[in-house]
Amino acid sequence: MDVVTILVDAGRAAIGVPAAGYALSAIGLNLQFGYTGLLNFGHVGFMLVGAYGLAITVDRGGSMVLGLVVGIALAVVLALLMGIPTMRLRADYLAIVTIAAGEILRLLARSTFAAPLTKGIFGIQRFANDFFAINPIPNGKYGVGTFRFDQRTLWVLLVGWSFVIGAVLFVRRLLRSPWGRVIRAIREDEDAARSLGKNVFGYKLQSLIIGGTIGALAGMLLAIDQQNVNPDAFIPLLTFYAFTIVIIGGPGTLWGPVIGAVIFWFLFELLGGIMAGALAEGWFGDLLDATDVAQLRFALFGVGLMWLMAKRPQGLFGSRTEMLIDAR
Amino acid sequence: MLAAPLLVVLLAGTALSGEGSSITGTLEYIEGTTRTPVPGVTIIVTRDSAPVGTVVSDETGHWEVPVPEPGVYQVELDVDTLPEGVALSDPDRGVLPAVEVRAGQQKVIRFALGPGTTSSVAWWPRVSGLFLVGLKLGAIIALSSIGLSLIFGVTRLVNFAHGELVTLGAVLAFFFNASPLGPGWHLLIAAVPAIVLCAGFGAVQELALWRRLRRNHAGLISLIVVSIGLSIALRYLILVLFSGLPRPFTDYAVQTNIEFLGISTVPKNLVIIGLTAVVLTVVGLFLQRTRLGTAMRAVADDSDLAESSGIDVRRVILVTWIMGAGLAGLGGVMFGVSEQVQWDMGFKLLLLIFAAVILGGLGTAFGAMLGGFVIGISVEMSTLWVPVEFKTAIALGILITMLLVRPQGLLGLKERIG
Amino acid sequence: MPAEPRSLRGVPAEPGVAKPDPVLVVDGVRRYFGGLRAVEIDHLEIQRGTITSLIGPNGAGKTTLFNVLSGFDLPQQGHWHLNGGPLVGISAFRVARLGLVRTFQLTRSLARLTVLENMLVAAKAQIGESLRGALFRRWRPLEEANTTRALQTLERFGLSHMTGDYAGSLSGGQRKLLEMARALMVEPAVVMLDEPTAGVNPALKQSLLIHIKNLRDTGVTVVFIEHDMDVVREISDWVVCMSEGAVIAEGPSAEVARNPAVIDAYLGTHHGVIS
Repeated sequence: MDVVTILVDAGRAAIGVPAAGYALSAIGLNLQFGYTGLLNFGHVGFMLVGAYGLAITVDRGGSMVLGLVVGIALAVVLALLMGIPTMRLRADYLAIVTIAAGEILRLLARSTFAAPLTKGIFGIQRFANDFFAINPIPNGKYGVGTFRFDQRTLWVLLVGWSFVIGAVLFVRRLLRSPWGRVIRAIREDEDAARSLGKNVFGYKLQSLIIGGTIGALAGMLLAIDQQNVNPDAFIPLLTFYAFTIVIIGGPGTLWGPVIGAVIFWFLFELLGGIMAGALAEGWFGDLLDATDVAQLRFALFGVGLMWLMAKRPQGLFGSRTEMLIDAR
Repeated sequence: MLAAPLLVVLLAGTALSGEGSSITGTLEYIEGTTRTPVPGVTIIVTRDSAPVGTVVSDETGHWEVPVPEPGVYQVELDVDTLPEGVALSDPDRGVLPAVEVRAGQQKVIRFALGPGTTSSVAWWPRVSGLFLVGLKLGAIIALSSIGLSLIFGVTRLVNFAHGELVTLGAVLAFFFNASPLGPGWHLLIAAVPAIVLCAGFGAVQELALWRRLRRNHAGLISLIVVSIGLSIALRYLILVLFSGLPRPFTDYAVQTNIEFLGISTVPKNLVIIGLTAVVLTVVGLFLQRTRLGTAMRAVADDSDLAESSGIDVRRVILVTWIMGAGLAGLGGVMFGVSEQVQWDMGFKLLLLIFAAVILGGLGTAFGAMLGGFVIGISVEMSTLWVPVEFKTAIALGILITMLLVRPQGLLGLKERIG
Repeated sequence: MPAEPRSLRGVPAEPGVAKPDPVLVVDGVRRYFGGLRAVEIDHLEIQRGTITSLIGPNGAGKTTLFNVLSGFDLPQQGHWHLNGGPLVGISAFRVARLGLVRTFQLTRSLARLTVLENMLVAAKAQIGESLRGALFRRWRPLEEANTTRALQTLERFGLSHMTGDYAGSLSGGQRKLLEMARALMVEPAVVMLDEPTAGVNPALKQSLLIHIKNLRDTGVTVVFIEHDMDVVREISDWVVCMSEGAVIAEGPSAEVARNPAVIDAYLGTHHGVIS
């Protein structure tokens, strides 16, 4: 087993485009869940409307900038549709409704009914040409040894991580304001916040909207990198990647989602590399093949999430005493 | 006079040598990236209005009609024999008037099938047929939902891994029934260890995982996320063990339609409905008439009160898990009989289960039963107006509407929803 | 025993009696839980600027009444007015903004906010609390003004040495003080305290009572649920006694204590409290 290659691959993944995309997604989810306590199990839905909003707009002749605006607008609409009817519901009901909403969107995107717009199961491709056309980085590979990226990926990385930092700074500004203080108060005790005259419903909705918009941006980033949107890419699993990342980094912390994303993708890729190496070395004998090993990785992810939530819900860095995960 | 026996010999010769001509094809229902064979469909081959041969597609969707000589034939797919929700992608291509077959050629004909409704079927058979299918789906959902609802009732946990119990039942039954590694028992026998093992797994889950988490005062949200992790872990483990291809049981997989009250349906639908009715009645009697059942309902209602009345709450919770998991396993076996066994069949059912449980009221078994049937019937009958691809969306729409209008469900109590 | 405030002199001690200057008027409020009658009040008026204690055995409906009046619960029937303005169907946060603030039986301190943050979040009219305000308006001057007021209030309550501590790290009694101080930041017209001295040591109890009296002296109307009859005797201007959802007696504390209906209601549920 080539440990160096495995580590380098994992390192590349830790700062790669998926990491940036999921950091962004997690920042949005962290605002909703980590700071406001909303159990949004349909976060992938925001990524879907962001990505599709962009792709459909460009596919129909619009510019990418317009696509960006459309994606964000769709995210706001989705947040309102999701939030207004459900905001008064308890956490577990909200979880069920949001996961249903995410699935409805996926079914809609892949339907023949919406196919004139969404191209159904085939999805939309090649809508980000304008983005790559303005890439200022000259052709070539940059980096050291095998830890290198070509100019295309580097451009996406640059833009992506800039968005990540921008999102963190934006959220920080919000959270350090009186608005943020009310949000934190709501997370502590909704009824107490109400008794002090705070419109809890409105704040939760705003948090959902802002977090959802950031999630839409994440969807767009990932779609741009792939130059492809496909409905079956937006399955509930993606929401739980984001949850895992939020928890790893520490829910309700500013940089937690970013750190969590880097660690998550590092570990995920590391695990994949180790398992592939073990397979090549014949440790699994005839029992498993490459597909099995890849799928087993997801199973282990599930176990990891269970362990994380049961043993360290405050994340890898938080302290247990400060972490009082809401019991209601 | 010599010509006739010569012809026979010639024909026999060509037939025996396998070099005769035929018209053949494989019927597949294509939805997205999944292709499912469509058995039981009648293909009629004629020549100048004289019948040449009629055949029914087998369980792999394959059909073949030998033709006596090269020439031009008419091939027709009898749309009345298409199963529910399946239709010709191009309705005008149901009859092919000029299929040319050369000597020794196995002419392949493709009838493209996809989601849709066949409007040529008369009203009553179609509506009642859909109602029956809806009852069947409802039965499967009801069986699978009772566990989720009761477990929520006694522990306040919404178990997102419940769908995997359904899958487990089907997969275990498959092992005992159709797997080359298993004993190859008849499904009726294979179902027994499958359900027992499922129930046992429910007990293991409670003892090894949930009880421990509750003891450590894990909050509601922690438990839900843990159940998500469990769902993912189980689902992909099953995927590795079972592989991604859907596979049927060896028994009851393909059946021919029977006529019943003017409705055309397969016998297994009726068996599923009948058997479920019996099981649900037994469950209902258990909950109403036995001490343990009453204790379960008491704990679901108010566990503190139940405990102070002397009920051993932990034992009740364990029994609930065993019963709920076993019922889910049975639901899985039925689901596998109804369709095929697939690694994510339970997860696909989970949203319907949620819809049923929310509709009926989280925490009550009777709510789950009622909700299950209502969802099943609504989902299937909705195809009268709505494209098949939106079936699940209908159920989810009911779920969301219910949560807006009456979150405690039809049979739940108002105080629950917090 | 305090002398009756001038404002309530001459008001007969009858349940549902009208007051000369009521800040809160309750009419025909009925709240049932299934078949159980939790609150059934025909008429109740609370005099402005007084301390009214609400007493009664457990289960009498006192907290339910608080919940209904403050908008946390919806009754089946009835209406009530604050300074003449109707409050029926108005959501809890709006009721608080209109000037009726309540505390809870179990203190709800915002544990992971500091003491100062607890105070600041309660302050009215901070434009930075809106999304637009937070992003585009200059909210810092207001914040500074609020901070000054908060620190002054904390000083009065003896909590100024803990401004940076998390509210969750305070002792039970300190949290009660914080909750009261926090309620003041909302600048309420009426404060409804749910068992403000429960589980509090005697020294702290005295401190709390002084604060409640100060509250009244600044013009705030105080209604508080209390089980300790010594406290009731010591600071109440008026006493309302509830039992099984209805008001069975009203009046100065001495008279209410003598009322046979009140003694009856407590007999068997409370031991030797009234003397």
